[in-house]
Amino acid sequence: MFHRLRLRIAEHVDGPLLLIAGGLMLAGLATVYSATYDTNNRALGQLFNLLVGVCVMWGVAQLPPQKLMRFAVPLYLLGVVLLLCVFLFGVKVNGAKRWLSLGFTRIQPSEILKIAMPLMLAWYFHKYESALKFRHFVVAGLLLAVPFALIAKQPDLGTAILVGAAGFYVIFLAGLPWKVLLAMIVAGASAAPFVWTMLHDYQRKRILTLIDPTTDPLGSGYHIIQSTIAIGSGGALGKGWLGGTQTHLEFIPERHTDFIFAVFSEERGLLGNIVLLALYTLLIVRGTMIAANAPTLFSRLMASSIALSFFTYVFVNMGMVSGILPVVGVPLPFMSYGGTALVMLFLALGVLMSIQTHRMLVKK
Amino acid sequence: MRGSPLNIQDSELDRFRFRLAVAAFGVALCFVVLMGRFFFLQVVQHEYYTTRAEDNRISLAPIIPNRGVIVDRNGVVLARNYSAFTLEITPSKVADLDSTIEGLGQVIEVLPKDRRRFRKQLEESKSFESLPIRTRLSDEEVARFAANRYRFPGVEVKARLFRQYPQGAVASHALGYIGRITSRDLEVIERNDQSANYKGTDHMGKSGLEQNYEFELHGETGYEQVEIDSGGRAIRALSRTAPVSGNNLTLTLDVKLQEITEKAFGDRRGALVAIDPSNGGILALVSTPTYDPNLFVDGIRTDDWDLLNNSPDKPMLNRALNGAYPPGSTFKPFMALAALELGKRSASQTISDPGFFNFGGHEFRDDKKGGHGLVDMYKSIVHSCDTYYYLLANDMGIDNIARFMGSLGFGSRTGIDIEGESEGVLPSPEWKKRRFKRHEQQKWYAGETISIGIGQGYNAYTPIQLAQAVATLANDGVMYRPHLVHYITDSRSGEKTYIEAQPLRDLKLKPQNVETIKRAMVGVNTEGTGARAFAGAGYSSAGKTGTAQVFSLKGEEYKEGKLKKDLRDHALFVAFAPADTPKIALAVLVENGGFGAQAAAPIARMVFDYYLLGKLPAGPAPEVEAAEEE
Repeated sequence: MFHRLRLRIAEHVDGPLLLIAGGLMLAGLATVYSATYDTNNRALGQLFNLLVGVCVMWGVAQLPPQKLMRFAVPLYLLGVVLLLCVFLFGVKVNGAKRWLSLGFTRIQPSEILKIAMPLMLAWYFHKYESALKFRHFVVAGLLLAVPFALIAKQPDLGTAILVGAAGFYVIFLAGLPWKVLLAMIVAGASAAPFVWTMLHDYQRKRILTLIDPTTDPLGSGYHIIQSTIAIGSGGALGKGWLGGTQTHLEFIPERHTDFIFAVFSEERGLLGNIVLLALYTLLIVRGTMIAANAPTLFSRLMASSIALSFFTYVFVNMGMVSGILPVVGVPLPFMSYGGTALVMLFLALGVLMSIQTHRMLVKK
Repeated sequence: MRGSPLNIQDSELDRFRFRLAVAAFGVALCFVVLMGRFFFLQVVQHEYYTTRAEDNRISLAPIIPNRGVIVDRNGVVLARNYSAFTLEITPSKVADLDSTIEGLGQVIEVLPKDRRRFRKQLEESKSFESLPIRTRLSDEEVARFAANRYRFPGVEVKARLFRQYPQGAVASHALGYIGRITSRDLEVIERNDQSANYKGTDHMGKSGLEQNYEFELHGETGYEQVEIDSGGRAIRALSRTAPVSGNNLTLTLDVKLQEITEKAFGDRRGALVAIDPSNGGILALVSTPTYDPNLFVDGIRTDDWDLLNNSPDKPMLNRALNGAYPPGSTFKPFMALAALELGKRSASQTISDPGFFNFGGHEFRDDKKGGHGLVDMYKSIVHSCDTYYYLLANDMGIDNIARFMGSLGFGSRTGIDIEGESEGVLPSPEWKKRRFKRHEQQKWYAGETISIGIGQGYNAYTPIQLAQAVATLANDGVMYRPHLVHYITDSRSGEKTYIEAQPLRDLKLKPQNVETIKRAMVGVNTEGTGARAFAGAGYSSAGKTGTAQVFSLKGEEYKEGKLKKDLRDHALFVAFAPADTPKIALAVLVENGGFGAQAAAPIARMVFDYYLLGKLPAGPAPEVEAAEEE
C-alpha cells in the first residue's frame, strides 16, 4: 500500500531534475537567510514559496503533454488580453505599469507569458509540423512580437527578454531558415541606433552606466559598483556564510531578490560560483536531454525552450550582477526570493518532468 | 526522391538535435564568459575589491577635542566649554527643508530668529554639513524629538561642546570669540597644515585671543574607526584614538581690574591699556562699548548682529588696537625726553612763552591766553605748555622726532598677541611720500613739524602704542612686547610655556634724563593738570593729561558746549604708579570726552586705586573739574 503510494507519487517525477533543483533550492535558502536574517528574515517565507512551487511542479508533471497542448491557445489569449488590460488600466508602481488590480489582489500578467509564449509557439509549429512554410515563421514571429512589445512597453525589460528569448528558442529550433536568422542579425545590428532612441531614459542610463559605472556612482551605477565589489572581495573561497560585509552592512541593494548572486558570491567565492554554475549547467543539460529524446515536435520544442530559458535567467542575472550586462529585473532561478516568479519556474520544471515521464506512454 | 515517412521524421529529428547542439554551444560559450568574469573579479582583482569593500565598511569618525580653557592671572575662568544638545539638519539628506522645519516646529519650539540664523548658515556652508536649527535643547525637548524622530530623516540630536564666556561682555575685546568655520578660515587651516586635525571641527577662533591662539587651544582630534552600513550609520567601533584637549591659556590680565575699568567708562566710548612695565604683561585691555561674545558661539542671530554692526558706538571695534588717535599733550613727556637724549634742551633751560609761537607768519597758539611766562622743562610738562613744544619741535626737526618716537614704538605694531592691530601714523617726510600720491602733497612743510610737537597734526597712535611707550618710560627704557598670555599649559604634560621672558630692546636712556621726565610727570599729578584727579591718593603716581583735537579750529577758541558731541575733543591720560617702583603703566582714551584731566584721569585713578590698594569704586569714574587748561 505504502509502496504503491510512493510509486504513484514518484511516477511522474524526474529524479535528476529534482536532485539538481533541490541543490539549488538549498543554496538559495541559505543565501536568502544570510541576506535577510539581520533585518527581516525571509528564509521561512522562501521555504513556503518553494513548497508551493514543488506542489505545482508535481501537479503539472501529472498532466501528459497532449493535455498541456490544450492550454496553449486559451492561456496565450488570456495572457495577451490581460497585457492589453495592463496597457489600458494598469496600476503604476515605481513608474512602471506592470500590475493589474483585481480589487483584492494585484496580478502581473507578464508572468503568464513566460510559460504561455513557448507553449503557444510549440503548439503552433506542432500543428503545422508536416507542412511548415515560411509564412508560418512570419505568423510565429507576430505571435511573439505582440506580447513582447506590450511587456517591453510597461516597461519591464527583464520579463520582456525572458518571454522574447523563450519564444525565439522555439522558432529557432522549429527550423527558422539560417538565411532569415542571419538577415535578422544584420537588420538588428543596423537598427540598433534606432532602437536606442526608442529606449526609456532609465534603460539608456543603465546601458551607459554599464560601460562606465563610475559616471553615476550614487545613482544607477551604485548597484553595479557595489555588487562587483561584493563579488571581487569574495575572492577564491569567499568570506564565509553570514560573513559578507557588503551584504550585512546593506551595501548590496535588492540583496535577497535580483542581486542575491552578489551575496552568494561574496560569501562563497569563486569556488561557490563554480559549483553553482555547474548545477545550472546540469539543469540545462538534463533539460536538453529530455528535449532531444522527446517523442513529439511539441514536447521537443517545449522542453528545449524551457531548458534554454533557464540559461537565459542565469546568464542575464549573473551577467548583470557581475557587471557585464545592463541591470534588468531578472531573478536567479530557484535562488532569488519571490512568489510568482518561483512558481512559474517550478511550473516549467513540471512541464519538463511531464514530457520526460510521459515519453514511454506515447511510444507505447 | 524522398524516403519513407519514418526517415523524414528521423531527418527532422537530426535537424532539431543539430540546432539544439548549436544552442548548447552558445550556452557553453556564455557560461565560459561568466566564469572568465568571475575569475577576473575574484582572483585577478581580488585585492582591489577587498580594499574597496574595506573602504566601504570602515569610516574614520573624528572625535573633536576639548578646546583649551582661558583663565585670568588669578585663575578666574574667562572661556570654557559645556556640553549641550542641539537639533541639527543635514540639508543634503532632506528633501523639503521648509516642510521639515515646519514639522519640527510642531514638536519643538523653533523661533523665527532660529530660522533666520539657520538660513544664514545655510548660505555659508556646504549642504552635507549638519547645521543647528535649535541649540541648547532641554531634556524634555530631546525626549519629544526622539519620539518623533522617524518623521524627520536627516534631522538629528547631537551632543556638542559649546564655548562659554562666563564673564559675559567683560574683556570681550581681548578674548574674542569663536564662530563657525568659513571657507576663508579653511584656507588659514590649510596654510597651517592643520586640515587633518580639523576634520570634524566646525568652530574656530574668529577674533582676539581665541583667534590668535587657535592652534594652541584647539587640541588634537581623535579618531574612532567605525564600521558603517550603506546609510552611513555607525554599527560598531573598531578602534579608538583619544583626542588630546587643547592647551590652556593663563593670562596676565586681571579680570577684576578689567571689569572695574570697563565700569569706570560708564557709557562713554574709549580705550584703556594697562601694562605691567617690568614685563609687558597686559593687566587690562579695555575698549568700550563691549559686546557679549556668547552671542557668537552658536552662530549670531541676525538681529543681534545688526544691532552690534549698526550701532554708532561701534562696539565691535577694538579701539585699544585699532583706533588711531592724536596723542595730544600726552606726547609731551616723550618729546621732552627726546630733547634731553639728543641734547636739544637741558632740563633747566627756559623759554619765554607769550601765549603763541609765530612761524612763517602763522600763529601757533597756546591754550593759556597770555602764555605761561618763563617755562623750563618741568613746568612745560606739569602745566602742559604748548609754546615750549612748538619751539622744541622746530629746533629738533621732523627727522629727529620721527626717529626717537619710532624707537619708543610709535607708528609701528606693538606685536601684541591679538591679530589685526593697526600701525597708526608716525609722521615723517618719508611717511608723507608713501601716504600721498600727488607730488605737491608729498612735500613735507617745516610748519607741519610745529604741531607734531604737541601731539597733533598727522600724529595718530593706537592706545596700546601709547601704553607701551609709557610702560617703557616707567621701566627706564627697557621695552617689552605687550602681551596678554602669561603662559600656555600643555594639556598632556602640564608643562608651562611662558610667552615673554626677554625684553624687546633697551633704549639705553640716560638715567638722569628719565628721572627728569618722571619727576615732571609726578608733578603733573601733584601740582599740575592731573592734581585734582589724584588728590588724596595713597601712593605716588606719575601722569600726563592730553586732549586731542577731533575738529580743526581755525583761529577760534574751543568751546565745548558749542560743538556736537562727536566733534568734541578726545580726552587722554597716560600714567604709571607707584612713581618710584612702577607696577602698572597705562594709557586711557575717552572718545569725545573733552579735557583729559576731566574725563580720562579719573578713570586712571580708579584703576590705580584698585590695583595698588584694592579699593573698589562706587560707580563710573566721575568727571572732575580741570584744574587748568591743558
